[in-house]
Amino acid sequence: MCLAVPGRIKSIQGAVAQADFGGVLREVSVDLTPEAKAGDYVLVHAGFAIQTLEEKDAQETLELFKEIYGEQNVPI
Amino acid sequence: MKALGEIREILFKRKEKVNLMEVCGTHTMAIAASGLRKLLPEGLKMLSGPGCPVCVTAPGDVDRALKTARFPKVILATFGDMMKVRGTRESFEDLRSAGADVRIVYSPLDALEIAGKNPDCKVVFMGVGFETTAPAIGAAVLQAASENLPNFTVLSLFKLVPPALKAILSDPAHKIHGFLLPGHVSTIIGTEPYRFVAGEHHIPCVIAGFEPMDILNGIHRLLTQMDKGEASVEIEYSRSVRPQGNPQALKILETVFEPVDAYWRAVGLIPKSGLGLRKEYARFDAAKHFDVP
Repeated sequence: MCLAVPGRIKSIQGAVAQADFGGVLREVSVDLTPEAKAGDYVLVHAGFAIQTLEEKDAQETLELFKEIYGEQNVPI
Repeated sequence: MKALGEIREILFKRKEKVNLMEVCGTHTMAIAASGLRKLLPEGLKMLSGPGCPVCVTAPGDVDRALKTARFPKVILATFGDMMKVRGTRESFEDLRSAGADVRIVYSPLDALEIAGKNPDCKVVFMGVGFETTAPAIGAAVLQAASENLPNFTVLSLFKLVPPALKAILSDPAHKIHGFLLPGHVSTIIGTEPYRFVAGEHHIPCVIAGFEPMDILNGIHRLLTQMDKGEASVEIEYSRSVRPQGNPQALKILETVFEPVDAYWRAVGLIPKSGLGLRKEYARFDAAKHFDVP
């Protein structure tokens, strides 16, 4: 299904970014969002960033995740 | 809630029930799970659309995938939500229990990695999804092409949402007054492909996000359009959806895939509603590697 999760890009090497999902770091491809840069928030689906997001929009969803999952890892 | 109050007011003015179709499976789930279904007034009916790519994968296509996975030295890689889907007799999970090499992956890039690590096996990636997902597999195919990976293939069963809407609207007896459109498909395709719904059929469309407030706002905007006698394609989910969609993703779709006829489970054939690999990428097409009836 088309579930997508917001994350924050910490660094990019070539087409592969390291993204932070509320504390969990995962590799994300930026093949579909070549304009993305370190510090940007992106919407991630199936290991690919599909859109860049404004910080406040991403934060809203990340806060909700924190509320739901608390100390546990956010399942991505 | 102001939006809910206004929804009630608009519905009160109408004599007939209003039917809105939420196209996307995730919207259907969110409406139920959030309790919105109970909150919405009597005069409003939410119809579930065909927007779950897993659910609409035809049994024949599942059977062909299962047969392919039975070939020796084949690793079938799939998203997790396909595992329990049955063909005419069995599911991928059944096949894995019987000893076939079926692996769940989170991303098509995981399947590329499996192909790289198992050069003597052929990886068949189950390409199931809508426009949200197909670009990711397109990017994976391009990467496989640049790396000259000989053992990565895709069973392209991707489907497109606008042709499905066209098919639904071709039934003159349909009673749909508005469409709640999928947020992430639209992140990729933007608003243009839906124009015909508002333009030709004069039916309001709103692209909504997946939080309960997004959906409520989406419904509110649909009813407001109806109340004013207007029909347009609106974006409620503006934090992710731009009118032009994601141009890079669309470019990759155009490069790697072309529209093909496709069978939708419980619906049948919808013309040009699927995506097949273009002939330049035929070497990555699993259907061409395996002779399966």
